[in-house]
Amino acid sequence: MRNCFKYIAVLTLGMVACEPELENPIDEQDYYGTGEADFSNYVALGNSLTAGYADGALYLSGQRNSYPNILAQQFAVVQDINEFRQPLVNDNAGGLLAIGEPIPGFGNRLVLAFDEEGEPSPQVYTGARATTEVSNVLEGSFNNMGVPGAKSFHLLNAGYGSLTGLANMPATANPYFVRFASSPQATVLEDALAQDPSFFTLWIGNNDVLGYATSGGTGVNQTGSGVSPAAYGMNDITDPMVFTGAYIQMVEALAGNVSGGVLLNIPDVTTVPYFTTVPYAPLSPEDPDFGPQIPTLNTTFSGLNQAFQFLQVPERMINFSETAASPVMIKDESLPDLSQQITKVLTESGAVDAATAALYGLQFGQVRQATAEDLLVLTSSGIIGNVNQQRLQELMNFGLDQETAARLSVNGVTYPLQDQYVLIPEEQQEVEAATAAYNEAIANAASQFDLGLVDVNALLTQLANDGIPFDAGIINADFVTGGAFSLDGIHLTPRGYAVIANNIIEEINATYSSEVPKVNPGNYATVTLSQDVE
Amino acid sequence: MKKIFLLALCVLASAAIHAGGYRVSLQGQRSLAMGHTGVALVNNAELAFFNPAGLVYLENKINVAVGASAVFSEVTWQNEEFGQMANTDSPVGTPFYAYFSYKANDWLTLGLSAYTPYGSAVEWPEDWAGSHLINNIDLQAIYIQPLASVKISEKISIGGGPIFVTGSVNFNRNLTRTLSNIEGDRANITVDASGVNAWGWSLGGMYSPTENIRFGINYRSEVILEAESGEANFENIPNSPQTPFEDTQFDAALPMPAELTVGASYHFLDKWTIAFDYNHSYWGVYESLDIDFANPNIPDSYNRREYKDASIYRFGLQYYMDKTFTLRAGYYFDESPVQSGYFAPETPRNDSNNFTGGLSININDRFAIDASFLYSRFKEVEESYDFYAEGEGENSVAVPFGGTYKSSAFVPGLGLTIKI
Repeated sequence: MRNCFKYIAVLTLGMVACEPELENPIDEQDYYGTGEADFSNYVALGNSLTAGYADGALYLSGQRNSYPNILAQQFAVVQDINEFRQPLVNDNAGGLLAIGEPIPGFGNRLVLAFDEEGEPSPQVYTGARATTEVSNVLEGSFNNMGVPGAKSFHLLNAGYGSLTGLANMPATANPYFVRFASSPQATVLEDALAQDPSFFTLWIGNNDVLGYATSGGTGVNQTGSGVSPAAYGMNDITDPMVFTGAYIQMVEALAGNVSGGVLLNIPDVTTVPYFTTVPYAPLSPEDPDFGPQIPTLNTTFSGLNQAFQFLQVPERMINFSETAASPVMIKDESLPDLSQQITKVLTESGAVDAATAALYGLQFGQVRQATAEDLLVLTSSGIIGNVNQQRLQELMNFGLDQETAARLSVNGVTYPLQDQYVLIPEEQQEVEAATAAYNEAIANAASQFDLGLVDVNALLTQLANDGIPFDAGIINADFVTGGAFSLDGIHLTPRGYAVIANNIIEEINATYSSEVPKVNPGNYATVTLSQDVE
Repeated sequence: MKKIFLLALCVLASAAIHAGGYRVSLQGQRSLAMGHTGVALVNNAELAFFNPAGLVYLENKINVAVGASAVFSEVTWQNEEFGQMANTDSPVGTPFYAYFSYKANDWLTLGLSAYTPYGSAVEWPEDWAGSHLINNIDLQAIYIQPLASVKISEKISIGGGPIFVTGSVNFNRNLTRTLSNIEGDRANITVDASGVNAWGWSLGGMYSPTENIRFGINYRSEVILEAESGEANFENIPNSPQTPFEDTQFDAALPMPAELTVGASYHFLDKWTIAFDYNHSYWGVYESLDIDFANPNIPDSYNRREYKDASIYRFGLQYYMDKTFTLRAGYYFDESPVQSGYFAPETPRNDSNNFTGGLSININDRFAIDASFLYSRFKEVEESYDFYAEGEGENSVAVPFGGTYKSSAFVPGLGLTIKI
């Protein structure tokens, strides 16, 4: 009898201690194969897209949903890995401080707010102040080396993480890298290599064209210029020669001691909502603020249109339809400047007085109405149809009364949308050519060093066209509602980053015969709602 | 012989408990040790639950049986496609019973009982992959029943009484798979209701054609616990007119289904008793868990369950060893009421094989200690819940949640039998 008690006691304890065991538990070492890859120390290099930047800022929950962090979590299912460390910011507000002061241009994140009519729009979150101090340098090495704003050659720049470099004009350092550089003179690549990665991903080059594109082509296309990248402006297109040189140098250094790696190429800017959301013809006759003005506007432009005809540039004529939405008026800096001719014709015809003729010449010398080929940037949506206060003031200084000045200062209607709001076809071609050149260099590097290659360009094109199915519908590139893009129209949502991670996993599995499981994009959030805005 | 039996008992121990759904079959240590049979057994005051008709056959003037069990029950889940896994870390459940009977005269026995036939305590890790269906649940129901047992003839008796039920429920889940506030904390809802009262009844009959053979039948009615004005608390809701969730009250109803039991027992070779029970649980009543929120801006929550009636087959054996020891063993097969495609992680139960054992130790003529244990062995099952939907109106898309589940439960229990 005593024996039985003993058995019961042992069995009782045994049972209590035992979790139910599955026949093939996935946490056993060999359930998923790693193939030829070793994920134990994965390091990710790149820019904002790698850092987990979203909604115009870098904030905590965005970092937690960065594609490298998603990948690391899946790697951890396959293999015992080192802790995946990210240079986490301090809060979910997103802005940066330097010595206690907000850094201009590095403000809080965007959230989706609804107005009284129930119309949604992205607004800057004001519910909390930024608390991330960049001079507070983080300890230790970081697996996620994504630095928002970095261009290809920046990853090789000594001093890119120097606090004092932030004060230079223009800045020679990047506040995000200042936060976690191992020393002020360390380069991003050095800090990555110092971790002796067993596997890496590299997604760099977006900013080498993006600054040019998002600024509406206000920068310089440095293709073939021979200018040193140190002298580039922020919005310049990086010379593909410079890109290729920097890229190969990085891949060669990274590929040396790793079990494998994946390179990601650069998407065509025309696939992202920042350039595809605002229609070229947004001026609807049904708009109660705009519709009733159409006859007056067309009368106002009739004299100018006659001048355009006389000058044999009828394609520049401005006309607003009373039955369909009309294109905005834009300044096309690729057109010959006809200011003087316009002034001359208008003066000679006697249609307007000399001062007005001079003014029209200046204002309409390079304008035309937009066409489907022009891309209006996202930030133009907030200003089209509004009176441009700066122009209003200029015109009043010029001697116009306030009413006349206001009538000639309506953005996109009487005052052309300026260069920074429009990416005209010539500028698009420059961006496209540079992107194609970078992508060729990336593809070459992948084959030269036997690395995986994810065609993000094709992926984002698919997102923009048919979308990508997931368990609760379709993820596409539609702004706000599509699920892939965050509220800045360029960076991705957690769900969008999950799609990127899945594509990387697919490429890893194909290249290295691994069996890393994908994630379910349906488990990842899209845009964040909040009314805590101004 | 003795040794082999002991060994068999010990081994069986390792090889029993939960009925399907949220039924917890732990209403007496002696019966549980015999596979939770008892509708045709006259043993002790446990009859108050198993078949009140039998109480009148108890020899002593006053009979008492009290006891409790410790339920160690865990579930593990994994999804191979996405490499996800989770284990419950559920609190130890402690169902109890207390039965009292008083022999008023030769043909009438009166009784009072309290027991906990329904309940559930499941705790998944917060924000786990199935958190849009459940984070945790704690469901309790206490049945309190006055009883009368009447001997109609030497061979036939009946018994039963009204049941007062008082219950409580606390349930938390995330609102959706992704909704979070600005800090990235997941939006969730807790519904809490306690002091929910309802009435039911039970009635049993027993027929003993010979000294050694008994037949029993017992029916316990369905009880619908209707929570009115329970508290619904929403947390981590984004500040937006699109998510108008705020704390409110709710109404909901949860059924404790009716159960019909028939069975027989046979006493043989002087020291042995064998018993067989068949339970039929009318789970079909549980079609949907609907939560009706008082605030009209908050959409009501409809959760399809579509349970089906289920049966349990029970076998038990008792060996009266000597004046001090009585040994018991049993087995039952428990059919899950959950249909394929409705497998929600709040009650992740599939068909189970259950092994029981136990013994009684008579301290003296009046007191006996009853010990039992149960091991429930659930087959690993690949299942899903297919009726969670995302999107509104025509854009609504069902998003199944599934994977491989395996549950296990081990329940040691102790009780006391008093005869005066």
